[in-house]
Amino acid sequence: MSKVEKDEISGTDTTGHEWDGIKELDTPMPRWWLWTFYATIVWAIGYWIVMPAWPLISDHTRGMLGYSSRANVEQELAAVEESRADVLKALRETELAEVKDNQELYQFALTGGRSHFAVNCSQCHGSGAQGGPGFPNLNDDDWLWGGSVDDIYQTIQYGIRSDHEDTRVGNMPAFLKDEILERDQVSDVTEYVLSLSQEGRDAEAVARGKEVFANECASCHGENAKGGRDFGAPNLADAIWFYGGDKETIYKTIANGRANVMPAWEQRLDDAVIRQISLYVHSLGGGE
Amino acid sequence: MSNPPVEKIDVEAVNKKENRSLYVSRKQIHPKRAEGTFRRLKWIIMGITLAIYYVSPWIRWDRGAGAPDQAILIDFEHRRFYFFFIELWPQEVYYITGILILAALSLFLVTSLFGRAWCGYSCPQTVWTDLFVFVERAIEGDRNARIKLDKAPFSFSKLVKRVTKHTAWIVIGLLTGGAWIFYFADAPTLLRNFISGEAVPVAYSTVAILTATTYVFGGLMREQVCTYMCPWPRIQGAMMDEHSLIVTYHPARGEPRGPHKKNDSWDDRGHCIDCNLCVAVCPMGIDIRDGAQLECINCALCIDACDGVMEKVGLPKGLISYDTHEGSLKKEPVTKVKVPFIRGRTVAYTVLLALVGSIMTYALLTRSALEVNVIRDRNPLYVQLSDGTIRNGYTIKLLNKLHETRRYQVTIDGLEGSKAWLQSEGPRTEQLVVPVPGDSLSAVKLFIAAPRDVLEKGNHDIVVVVKDLVSGLTDTQDTTFKGPK
Repeated sequence: MSKVEKDEISGTDTTGHEWDGIKELDTPMPRWWLWTFYATIVWAIGYWIVMPAWPLISDHTRGMLGYSSRANVEQELAAVEESRADVLKALRETELAEVKDNQELYQFALTGGRSHFAVNCSQCHGSGAQGGPGFPNLNDDDWLWGGSVDDIYQTIQYGIRSDHEDTRVGNMPAFLKDEILERDQVSDVTEYVLSLSQEGRDAEAVARGKEVFANECASCHGENAKGGRDFGAPNLADAIWFYGGDKETIYKTIANGRANVMPAWEQRLDDAVIRQISLYVHSLGGGE
Repeated sequence: MSNPPVEKIDVEAVNKKENRSLYVSRKQIHPKRAEGTFRRLKWIIMGITLAIYYVSPWIRWDRGAGAPDQAILIDFEHRRFYFFFIELWPQEVYYITGILILAALSLFLVTSLFGRAWCGYSCPQTVWTDLFVFVERAIEGDRNARIKLDKAPFSFSKLVKRVTKHTAWIVIGLLTGGAWIFYFADAPTLLRNFISGEAVPVAYSTVAILTATTYVFGGLMREQVCTYMCPWPRIQGAMMDEHSLIVTYHPARGEPRGPHKKNDSWDDRGHCIDCNLCVAVCPMGIDIRDGAQLECINCALCIDACDGVMEKVGLPKGLISYDTHEGSLKKEPVTKVKVPFIRGRTVAYTVLLALVGSIMTYALLTRSALEVNVIRDRNPLYVQLSDGTIRNGYTIKLLNKLHETRRYQVTIDGLEGSKAWLQSEGPRTEQLVVPVPGDSLSAVKLFIAAPRDVLEKGNHDIVVVVKDLVSGLTDTQDTTFKGPK
């Protein structure tokens, strides 16, 4: 039902539609708007021709200008790499312990180290390097294999119990599973280890365990159980536990052994990147 | 009477209701020269505002070595704003917000008292359009000469006049855009570099854009900017009421209008002799006798024009005058306009102005030269060390707003038996002293370690106190020390 009428007040025609007595004026578009609209159409056609636009079945139209966002990204990445070449070279050629003397280089290494850590290391060590059971916390002052920046560098390069020929290896034997100790003996040693950091353990068991410890464990963990970095043997007398400090976990560790692996990164990452990560980890608060 | 007769001018308001259509092309307006009180006032205000605009960046203000000596400078490169003795950092942008609020409130107050005084006298669009019309008049002559020139066939003299006019306009635009950039860099240096072609590209593009906009807005578009582009004419309706001053024609006195011959009687007729001079001088091309309207910028040139005519025909001035809506309905000549200045909205705007102004002044006077921010490490929340103590990490940002290096001592309050050290120096740090270069921010990483037994319920409130070792100025920041629950 449409009847175009002329509106008396404005002198404009109505659209002819009516909704519950409400009619709408057929006010024409402003000219500037129309011309802008036409211009965008012309622009769009031009755009189809010069820029990549239409999807095809297995490809898309390339456009006359040959623009490609992928190529742009590659170019930008190459430019970034080039701009960093000098500082990366300096990093490779500076002794790790001396990088700190060059604040600009040091800050570069820390910033880069943080993001490389997030990409490569955080999966096991956590995004804040706080670790977890079986994965050392890198913020604290307890180090299995040494906490100087060179030690950290070596650990990242060659890994621990990794498949690299220069890897460092320390074995925690499975004392019960491999029938080195009896069930009771394992239990006694557990009591002894707990007594190093806790009071009120079973005194008799502790005395028996101490004897077993001196025979079987002290060669790696040391006579006073303060650990040994040559074998990556943890300090058992401090407040930090690698796998957990409750009785059950310690028993399990002694009975079944432990052999977690830190991969070697020498083949996977650029030396400058490993150096950045080493400096970053060293800066987290526990570096020696 | 010895006065010459007043001629009727052939002119029609551009927005006559009868002629309104949806598609209408612009009618060129040729404002006739007006003379009188308000025209003089407008020349004075134009002089002052243009002087402020062009001179301000060249005022010098000594701030000591290492700081710019330009009184007003918006330094984007170093992220500082200088205004005489005030220096603002980017995070203090709320001062700018405050100034904008003050400006808006002032505009509201002025509008509710005097109507569109801003539009008529001090808006850059009005000032520059006035300047452009002045140049046009100087080159092509007044209204009639310009109309004649428009209609004249192409000739060498017309070409010369047109080229001269447009060149003059572009030069004005160039100077306008040129002055603008001096607010953003050291003016003398920039001027030298600009001329020698060594200035940054953005300086040239800014000048080019502003030259173009000044030329287009002031020379070509003029009243269309006010009528079609500017939102203010729409907003100002909300600011005004029946007591606001507006330029108004008194129909009760003026109507019925009609031509008047010398020595004719004024009985049974209005005082308007329909000479159309008020329309001819109007830069907006409207007829004030149609009543208050959106297009009117209240520049009062029609008042000057009409007063002149009234003087010639021997009638009292004020047929068109500044008056309130109420006053416009009166029949007797306007001698003294009564404006009720104290009204709900004017009081409200004044109170708000005073309030915002005092807050701003207080904030500015108590602004500290030192700021400290403490950001707690959240990943990890805390670290247990091998001897059983708990360590937390913090990033401390020290902001030195002075222009010289200062050394700051950092101490921790509220955590017994704790030890704090800078990451860069290791746990052997004796005294926590951080040097911060002048006019800059330094961030340092701080570790705090505390025995586990001082921690209750896992958390402990602590205060980081930072003290300037030279002036003794201190700033503190509350934060938390976290441990295992």
